[in-house]
Amino acid sequence: MTVSSVLRRPRARTVSLLPNYVVLILLVLFSLLPICTLLFNSLKTTAESRLNPLGPPVSGIRWQNYPTAWVQGHYSTTVRNSAIITLGTVAGVLIIAGLAAYSMAILDLPGADGLALYLLVGTSMPAQLFMVPLFFLWTKLGLTDNLLGVIIIYWGTMSPFATFLLRSYMVAIPEDFKDAARVDGASELQVFRRIIVPIIWPGFLTAGLVTGLGAWNEFLFAVTFLHREEMKPISTSLYAFVDRYSRDWGLTSAASVMMILPVIVLFLSLQRQFIEGLTQGGLKA
Amino acid sequence: MRDRSTQASYGLRGRTRLRVWRKGILPWLFVGPLLLLNVAIILGPSVGSAYYAFTKWSGIGPAQWVGLANFRRLVGDRVYHIAFVNNVKWTLIFLTVPITMGLLGSALLAPIKKGQMFFRIAYFVPYVIASVVNTQIWRNILHPTRGIGVLLAERGLKFMDVTFLGSRGTVLYTIAFVDMWHWWGFLVVLYLAAMQAINPQLYEAARIEGASRGQEFRYVTLPGILPTLVFTVLMTIIWSFLVFDYIYLLTQGGPAHASEVLSTELFKSAFFRFEVGYAAAIGVSMSFICTLVVAGFVILRKRGWEI
Repeated sequence: MTVSSVLRRPRARTVSLLPNYVVLILLVLFSLLPICTLLFNSLKTTAESRLNPLGPPVSGIRWQNYPTAWVQGHYSTTVRNSAIITLGTVAGVLIIAGLAAYSMAILDLPGADGLALYLLVGTSMPAQLFMVPLFFLWTKLGLTDNLLGVIIIYWGTMSPFATFLLRSYMVAIPEDFKDAARVDGASELQVFRRIIVPIIWPGFLTAGLVTGLGAWNEFLFAVTFLHREEMKPISTSLYAFVDRYSRDWGLTSAASVMMILPVIVLFLSLQRQFIEGLTQGGLKA
Repeated sequence: MRDRSTQASYGLRGRTRLRVWRKGILPWLFVGPLLLLNVAIILGPSVGSAYYAFTKWSGIGPAQWVGLANFRRLVGDRVYHIAFVNNVKWTLIFLTVPITMGLLGSALLAPIKKGQMFFRIAYFVPYVIASVVNTQIWRNILHPTRGIGVLLAERGLKFMDVTFLGSRGTVLYTIAFVDMWHWWGFLVVLYLAAMQAINPQLYEAARIEGASRGQEFRYVTLPGILPTLVFTVLMTIIWSFLVFDYIYLLTQGGPAHASEVLSTELFKSAFFRFEVGYAAAIGVSMSFICTLVVAGFVILRKRGWEI
């Protein structure tokens, strides 16, 4: 690859890449500077954010915004709720989608292509179409203001995507692996657990990251199905917090940073899996 | 476990039973949880919506059948019209600006070896940040008395003193801008992956023929990424008719419905005004548009497009 590209590319081309870098760096600034203003504001006093609303803090760094926002924003409750929702969603989706993908890719489910098409159509439909009757059904079943109620909804809405992703990994497994296990007399569930999962765990990691990101950031279902203060996840509670303390940019910015910090850290350390999952999962349907 | 016992019994009947189990029952057991959830969460309630669209219902008590009344109201409703036109505007904006930026970014990034990873990550970061936070970032930057507009106006650019999110003429475009800011980098990465899958020999041939960089893009790159491009165009149309988060978070459709879209109007009629039947009718009308796009998608696939 490198040899051929050196041979292919005349010297003049390398020199002419300078304008590319200039535009690309401008685009990086466009992408990241707004996020920098959030970081800056999270470290300013309210008085300073009034005088200097966009630049970096100049009159000292105010870390105090973080613990204050943590307490005022009830983060010990909301982080717990969001963690439960995220982990519960990821665990459920991986099991549901893993089994379904196994059925479609390896057990030769009759009509697997038709099912894939149905799932694709389903994921393209507006959430608002099924959300309203679902809300009244969930109210009847006592599943509103209930973390499990939201987790079940996320299982339903996020499993098709994970199924497509995992199916594309499973299709690529050589037949010999599965046959070898069956000769030993293992049941399908054992083959799934002992053979398939270990081979394609990168697929599960990718699907888990995409699902987890979706559950952590989700807003529409959360704002519709969780109203009570002690049931709110970070997303909707932050929305209310920002509204209540709209004059205090230091506090609201610190609260926002705390919501995205785990996402950014995870994204930077596993960016290859994140990007692959988010860009290819949908395409592999 | 069950398998082992059936495998142990030899004989013809045992083998047939094993076959039925393997082919006819087992696959359905594995796909069962997904199907059940899908019926309970998506298919069932969607069918419910299709029914409630023909009723007058407040969410409690029995629904009252009213025939086509909701749809008749929808056709004559001023807010529905505004919302629909805004969705169309949104679609046109998103079909042009972010896709152009995505193509530009990926075309500039494709020939670069040094630091390509860094650029990809930098463009992708806004996409993984929650809509709640992204809207908060821009609400501050665009603040009417402290934001960038005032700052620029003080430095001589008088025309920038605009209440971006507060005036009816600018609000929709401002929200679209914020949404695009978080979205275009995703397209860069998507198009870049597609460009890197193009056979390098095609570029070689183009260069031997003496093609310029513009011609290379037009005759090699663009056809090479066409399936991805078509996929993003179709998805853009669908998502533009479903857009909710950024509008609800920034203005809830205001001021005076200037940034209203179908999903915000649906949300408000269902949960603020408790006109569930009418909300369901809006939902059905949105699905109709999505169905048209999906049908186009399926037809293209049937014709052998890899999208």
